[in-house]
Amino acid sequence: MAQPDPDKEQAPPQELRPAWSLPAGAGADISLPVEWPGEVTRDWAWGGSTGKGVRVCILDSGVDADHPLVGKVEESVAVSLGENDEPIVTADTEGDLCGHGTACAGIVRSLAPDCELTSVRVLGAGFTGSGDILLAGLRWAVEQGFDVVNMSLSTTKRQFAGILHELTDRAYFRRTVLVASAHNMPVESYPWRFSSVISVGSHEEPDPLTFYYNPDPPVEFFARGVDVEVAWTGGARIRCTGNSFATPHMTALCALVLGKHPDLTPFQLKSVLYLTSSNVGGGR
Amino acid sequence: MSEDLKAAVAAGVIGSEETFRSLLQSVVEVARAIFGAQASSIFLLDEENDELVFEAIAGPGAETLIGQRFPSSTGIAGWVLVTRQPIVIEDVTEDPRFAKDVAETTGYVPKGLMAVPLLNDERVLGVLEVLDRPQRTQFSLVEMDLLGLFANQAAIALDLLRRARHAEAVLAASGEGADVLARLATTLESLDEEQRAAGLRMLAATEEVLKRNEGG
Repeated sequence: MAQPDPDKEQAPPQELRPAWSLPAGAGADISLPVEWPGEVTRDWAWGGSTGKGVRVCILDSGVDADHPLVGKVEESVAVSLGENDEPIVTADTEGDLCGHGTACAGIVRSLAPDCELTSVRVLGAGFTGSGDILLAGLRWAVEQGFDVVNMSLSTTKRQFAGILHELTDRAYFRRTVLVASAHNMPVESYPWRFSSVISVGSHEEPDPLTFYYNPDPPVEFFARGVDVEVAWTGGARIRCTGNSFATPHMTALCALVLGKHPDLTPFQLKSVLYLTSSNVGGGR
Repeated sequence: MSEDLKAAVAAGVIGSEETFRSLLQSVVEVARAIFGAQASSIFLLDEENDELVFEAIAGPGAETLIGQRFPSSTGIAGWVLVTRQPIVIEDVTEDPRFAKDVAETTGYVPKGLMAVPLLNDERVLGVLEVLDRPQRTQFSLVEMDLLGLFANQAAIALDLLRRARHAEAVLAASGEGADVLARLATTLESLDEEQRAAGLRMLAATEEVLKRNEGG
């Protein structure tokens, strides 16, 4: 089982970051982890980065680790319900039960080739209880301190909204970036509607690095999500469409930026994505 | 529930399953036609048994597949159900595992499919699939929106069907009396105005006699 990243638990030192209040004149003493350039460009943001050292979690249907487009998977776990319906996390021996998790892993790998991938399978234990399993999977991912978690999924159950909100906020404060698929249907679903996550919809252009900032929330970014060639189970490659394929494009971009600037907070990372988006920074 | 209320509910319920099934069938037929697809189907989530059930089909397999069941959280339909995310896949037969699974279940292997969750408020009721649309053009987000609109319609039809079945089950459990009243109410509905008026007079007289007996 992966150990929580010790760097995430400790850095940056608390004394350099004001917690609840700031004494007069102390503003100049705040140590910012990253020095910003005059103009944030893509080259500054992720030029030369391969995502090396960044731990990415794919919360999905499992990942087919034998697929050549996926490469090494550090760890695969599955969430299921125990005897008393309590969620349990065990080593995943079944792999991908649908193909979608493998597709997401392959997209992330194609853009951030050296990131570390972990699979958390939240599918396959039946529909009943799938909300609890999703929550348990996300909780596990946040506790493990992943840098980025790809969530091409959502729930419509309001009973889960409060707990999900707490979890996504906890992730935000612990510097775990959650990237979640938006819904393209007129329904209330979570967690993509929460402002502590990066929510993603689709655009129709073929360039995987073209992404747009959306000033009309709740969807924050549009990434490539139409007719995307992806890895699938059985070693196959197929073409797919949906916001759930746009999401791993943004996950990969997060991995690239964090590979170069590992100390960015989720707020700073989101700002970098805003400034480098195709309609704000002109794709430069 | 009072007998009057049961009768009223029963009058609304009896025969409604057939109507709602026709509505579902109409949705899949139109979906197939609009997308120029080979087939379209609707799966209902059976929460009690945690399974997906073929509820309506337009295209190959329509006669044999209705009522067939499979696990609720595996395969593409299962993923769509659990994640609430629509998905469009081309060339699915490139995945040998998928082809085998589907062929075993349905005897029909699609080359491409669109699948969308059927959501009614916070409930997820099932999945709508459209199989083998012509691949002459690249799939567009406009089509994805269209699929979402169909899904709304299918979800409403599926919700009506689910409610009708639930009401029927409640009536069946509440004894023979309600059933007789329901049949009477349905028969009255089918009569012309004059016959219905006569029937109602006769029922009113019957009620009076029964009440007298009850009192005496």
